[in-house]
Amino acid sequence: MSLLNMFNRRGSAPVARDRLQLILAHERAGVGGSDLVMVLREEILAVIAKHVEVNSDKVQIRLDRGQDMSTLDIDIELPLTPAKAGGRAGELKTKAAKLAAA
Amino acid sequence: MAKVLVVTSGKGGVGKTTTTAALGAALAQAGKSVAVVDFDVGLRNLDLVMGAERRVVYDLINVVNGDAKLSQALIRDKRLDKLHLLPASQTRDKDALTDAGVARVMDELREKFDWVICDSPAGIERGATLAMRHADVAVVVTNPEVSSVRDSDRIIGLLDSKTLKAERGETMEKHLILTRYDPARADRGDMLKIEDVLEILSIPLLAIIPESMEVLRASNVGCPVTLNNPLCAPARAYTDAVRRLNGDAVPMSVPTDKKSFLDKLFTRRAA
Ligand SMILES: Nc1ncnc2c1ncn2[C@@H]1O[C@H](COP(=O)(O)OP(=O)(O)OP(=O)(O)O)[C@@H](O)[C@H]1O
Ligand SMILES: [Mg+2]
Repeated sequence: MSLLNMFNRRGSAPVARDRLQLILAHERAGVGGSDLVMVLREEILAVIAKHVEVNSDKVQIRLDRGQDMSTLDIDIELPLTPAKAGGRAGELKTKAAKLAAA
Repeated sequence: MAKVLVVTSGKGGVGKTTTTAALGAALAQAGKSVAVVDFDVGLRNLDLVMGAERRVVYDLINVVNGDAKLSQALIRDKRLDKLHLLPASQTRDKDALTDAGVARVMDELREKFDWVICDSPAGIERGATLAMRHADVAVVVTNPEVSSVRDSDRIIGLLDSKTLKAERGETMEKHLILTRYDPARADRGDMLKIEDVLEILSIPLLAIIPESMEVLRASNVGCPVTLNNPLCAPARAYTDAVRRLNGDAVPMSVPTDKKSFLDKLFTRRAA
């Protein structure tokens, strides 16, 4: 035990409790496919696929689940002219969605 | 091209997930690119031990099914650039993992990383055999205790028969990690001796990991022990294990933490 730990008597258990409470709240809420973040992930991707052909290599999804707020960050490289409209494809980096869901 | 390493044991709760996270982090700390893969479908925990549980978007089953690209499912560690996690699914069951799908994902992982480390579920059923199937190297995690040693022997038998390497007639490289080793109990003669375990299992020893509070602390805060406190005894033991895996000749020892006077006082009271 280091000197630092001596003064930090509370130890690591409170961190463990907080992490567990957070992740279990999300897991319980997600039973039966009702996890809002995951529903949004699918629906946002479906809407985009309806309008443009995006290579899924060009879709980056990041998630950070929080206590009161989660961040779903979807980064899509969209072709300049939608391929489905038969246009010339250039590359345009677009941040499609950054949203918070409780 | 990666080396694929499986961390396996037969018996549950002996320290596979702890070992996977520690070896993965230590390899990344040594500059290797690493993917740790959780095969414990339905009971994923590697994400928690690595502190990535809030960031899981896709899992192994999504990639196996083609619902997500591997690059989308891999979670890059926030502290170590070269360390990546492929989480297990928490909601599906292991039957969703097809042999062909797992083979495809393992091939892809092999191309991207220096090391791929597969965290096996407990048991000797399909989940465990899938986790070991594509391995080049196996780390058998054993506690110095009768049922753990017996189960390790079963697992060694499976490594020599149920893996692709075995089916091709090649020999699987196997290493033993003896963990939760308690020097005080060993001194009293109440714990299986290291030499005895080695003689019974007859595979080479990769490391002896001491029983330590530091392991609990590290998993509480979600940080592999080699990263959370690189100088503590279990971290040094895991770091030595990685150096041996990379071919260095490191003398074998059981690292210990010096206990302060107060510490001794508290443990005596608690005991
Ligand atoms: N060297 C050690 N010192 C103290 N505690 C340890 C040590 N290694 C592992 N543990 C503890 O043992 C418990 C089981 O460890 P872990 O989850 O890594 O085992 P496992 O083999 O992956 O289990 P499972 O079979 O359920 O997947 C955990 O609480 C972990 O903190
Ligand atoms: Mg485990």
